Amino acid sequence: MFIRQKTLVQGAVAGLLLLGATALAARAEETVKIGLIVPMTGGQASTGKQLENAVKLYMKEHGDTVAGKKIEVILKDDAAVPDNTKRLAQELIVNDKVNIIAGFGVTPAALAAAPLATQAKIPEVVMVAGTSIITERSPYIVRVSFTLPQSAAIMGDWAAKNGIKRVATLTSDYAPGHDALKFFKEHFTAGGGQIVEEVKTPLANPDFAPFLQRMKDAKPDAIFIFVPAGQGGNLMKQYAERGLDKTGIKVIGTGDVMDDDLMNGMGDAILGAVTAHNYSAAHPSEKNKAFVAAYEKAYNQRPGYVAVFGYDGMHLIYEALKKTGGKADGDSLIAAMKGMAWESPRGPISIDPETRDIVQNIYMRKVEKKDGQLWNIEFETFKDVKDPGKTKK
Amino acid sequence: MRADHGVGEAVLRRARWGHGETAFWLIAVAAIFVFPDRYLILTEMAWLGLFALSLDLILGYAGIVSLGHAAFFGVGAYAAGLLAVHGIVKEPVLALVVAGLAAMVLGFATSFLVIRGSELSQLMVTLGIALLLRELANKFSDITGGFDGLQGIVIDPVLGLFAFDLFGKVGFIYCLAVLAVLFLLARLIVYSPFGLSLRAIRNNPLRAAAIGIPVNRRLIAIYTLSAFYAGIAGALFTQTTALASLDVFSFERSADLLLVLVIGGAGYLYGGLIGAVVFRVLQDMFSSWTPQFWQFWIGLVLVLIVLIGRERMYRGVQWLPRLVLRRIAAARGHAAAPDRSAS
Amino acid sequence: MTALPTILFDGIAYGMLLFVLSCGLAVTLGLMNFVNLAHGAFAMIGGYVCAVLVNRSGVPFFVALPIAFVVSAAVGIVMEQTLYKRLYHRNPLDQVLFTIGLVFMAVTAVDYVMGSSQVFIHLPEMLQGQFQVFGIGVGRYRLMIIVICGLLTLGIQMTLANTRFGSRLRAAVDNPRAASGLGINVPQVFALTFAFGSGLAGLGGALGAEILGLDPYFPLKFMIYFLIVVTVGGSQTITGPFLASLLLGIADVAGKYYVPKLGAFVIYTLMIVILIWRPNGLFGRVAQR
Repeated sequence: MFIRQKTLVQGAVAGLLLLGATALAARAEETVKIGLIVPMTGGQASTGKQLENAVKLYMKEHGDTVAGKKIEVILKDDAAVPDNTKRLAQELIVNDKVNIIAGFGVTPAALAAAPLATQAKIPEVVMVAGTSIITERSPYIVRVSFTLPQSAAIMGDWAAKNGIKRVATLTSDYAPGHDALKFFKEHFTAGGGQIVEEVKTPLANPDFAPFLQRMKDAKPDAIFIFVPAGQGGNLMKQYAERGLDKTGIKVIGTGDVMDDDLMNGMGDAILGAVTAHNYSAAHPSEKNKAFVAAYEKAYNQRPGYVAVFGYDGMHLIYEALKKTGGKADGDSLIAAMKGMAWESPRGPISIDPETRDIVQNIYMRKVEKKDGQLWNIEFETFKDVKDPGKTKK
Repeated sequence: MRADHGVGEAVLRRARWGHGETAFWLIAVAAIFVFPDRYLILTEMAWLGLFALSLDLILGYAGIVSLGHAAFFGVGAYAAGLLAVHGIVKEPVLALVVAGLAAMVLGFATSFLVIRGSELSQLMVTLGIALLLRELANKFSDITGGFDGLQGIVIDPVLGLFAFDLFGKVGFIYCLAVLAVLFLLARLIVYSPFGLSLRAIRNNPLRAAAIGIPVNRRLIAIYTLSAFYAGIAGALFTQTTALASLDVFSFERSADLLLVLVIGGAGYLYGGLIGAVVFRVLQDMFSSWTPQFWQFWIGLVLVLIVLIGRERMYRGVQWLPRLVLRRIAAARGHAAAPDRSAS
Repeated sequence: MTALPTILFDGIAYGMLLFVLSCGLAVTLGLMNFVNLAHGAFAMIGGYVCAVLVNRSGVPFFVALPIAFVVSAAVGIVMEQTLYKRLYHRNPLDQVLFTIGLVFMAVTAVDYVMGSSQVFIHLPEMLQGQFQVFGIGVGRYRLMIIVICGLLTLGIQMTLANTRFGSRLRAAVDNPRAASGLGINVPQVFALTFAFGSGLAGLGGALGAEILGLDPYFPLKFMIYFLIVVTVGGSQTITGPFLASLLLGIADVAGKYYVPKLGAFVIYTLMIVILIWRPNGLFGRVAQR
């Protein structure tokens, strides 16, 4: 009985939806729909929110019409669970008839949607997930974010050249952590450095004390860290608590640990930490200053790198549509996106026409204090870095 | 209606196939034609329903609580995934059975740890086992694909005939069929003497032992069977989504499962299925309405369910259909007092 | 070889923190047989109260701590009187459903008000860093945790053992019916205890923000740890969860230090082994109800 009721209601709802859908279909040619699938709940929620903010900001600045088409963004929450991602992507493609799927907070989510992009011939714009292999999983995947090897490899080179001889590593025990470790290690040891201690921390890890103690006991010149978004703050706080900042052991790592939107909360302990990354809110360009100001004005918060990815993702979609003259089929869009180059808040970036992956500058930055706030100040630039995870093959 | 004391005749009466049940399954089949654009969520309901059914077998019939049922779901999922990736068993139905058996082995092995102890320690031991498996799956990433999930899963057509499509139609029918078969099997089991003995154990283990029921052996048997069911649910999940990643073992999955079963009500087999439908419909409704804050409304619904009381709510839900039925009966038989209050 | 004392010290601090966070849960479970999965939400409230006071209003940290306690306790007593009270006699699954619902609501509400990013509490200078005692590194913050939590534990133990309220409470735990027959106002004892437990959780949340991190998902993330402590320790006494917290804290820290490869497995394995050996918890008596 209970079921029958439920089904009746469902039927009515579905019927209404169908009606709505046919009404919309008449206007469908005028709209380009983007299905934005991001984690809005769960441990990754802040990623999703930054992305959504940035996408909204971009559309506010650039209008919601491009090449005669109205842009419509449909936001879905996958809580970073891949089976949700897949179902939502499938429903967006089949029912909502979206022209583009975008977002993807974690690698498994991006991978789960890949076969659908191929099957439906719809561009999948990856805005966050950073494992190398993603773009190889479908000819319709374009990535505007980053790959971990990009920054980890550069960090390894830089450390070896700048007087750091012995490094202890602390990385999260999951695929992105392994990626970061592997590329750092390869480049660092190739440059003559030595890894004196290697620790992998569990993903769900409330207390870093024992791992940091190991780091301290190994007496390295520096520790290389990679932990998932959200744990960086804890790690750095405990680094200071353990007095590692006083022992002269430097912190080096990939830049996601020093996320701009969190670093002010981490306190002065992070002063002097050197990281390699593609974006710093302190990037000295007009474009970036305008972006940071607009974002701070709209959301009362400093934008992190994820926000830039969302902003650039929308830019890529807008520009591709301009280039195709509003043609929104997957093949035209992908063709238009390949090789596209533009000035992003992070600096000049482009889409590699062969791998559809991001090519960008990697900056070496050091945490410094300016006007009472902490910033990642860039001091060295590695130009047009491709994903080392792929170029090796 | 769900009293436990009625034995003998009452059990026989309950074991008889009712009209409500016919209606339930007719509606389930009708869903194939009514919601052609919602196959994916229907598929989720089907495997979630089966998963909840497996928990119902131990919770509702044997009184064993679990907060780590995802362990078996996950083993089933990875087993199905690995079988497909390495081409060991290509045909999905066969792979399903193998995956179920894999979960069953784990169920049997861990049953010895679980069946002793208080409810709280049951909850925590099962939870611990699931979390350990998750860590193991992460550690052995060369086998499981680690955090990225198992890659390259391609599922062959069911029985070599029906290929899985983008719309999810085949997937749904397949899941529904498996669910129906396993449901009927479970129904046979719980109304068999074996099933009745389980209920005796749940109600009073001491007394059950006193009348000669081998308590531990029965509990191990049902726990193992439940693991088999959960494994199949996991395998269905992997086969219909071509995914298997660490979150199949997650605490959230086990906890959601418990919610599903408690929403639907334990101990009458349909609870899990109904709970799965309600939970997914609510989740889908709220999360497309407000992708950021849907959890709040789910939470509110859960709180209200408890505060209002499930029994009272079902009565409320059944009020309209009952009224209609009564009207029809009255009109047909010119019966007296058609206007009697329907509450 | 200076590592061992430091590891022990860290482990004890971590364990103490676990204890303060979960002791309220043990009490509600032992006293009212109520499965309060929303316990972590009270801890989160305390954490956020402290963070807002210290970071935005510039209230000194040591003043903010008691306020966090009071606010959480106040929220606790309001919830107890309006909602929890009605559910003491319901079956445990309803209680689980209800409290999980509360957790979902609390998580989203905090997310809505405070944002989903992590929050850090600005600590006073004197609590930062480490100092050396006989060559052993001692973290100032952790030392403070040990001192505060140690005093609290002593206080609780004294209250339970030596005061009138303590004996009423113990009577109510042992046998609520007999206790109310003796004229003890059991519902009142329940309410006060619940408030105190929530307050402790709030204090724990404020203290733990520095080490465990604080974001809206705190209650869900740490629910498992609270449950582990309570299950391993048993819920009939305070000493049980206390010793269990210390054991788990030290084992977790030491395990991760000495065998980092198996770090993730230590706490779960330990729990399973203990529960197989003593199904009612290390210090639990056989359940009466």
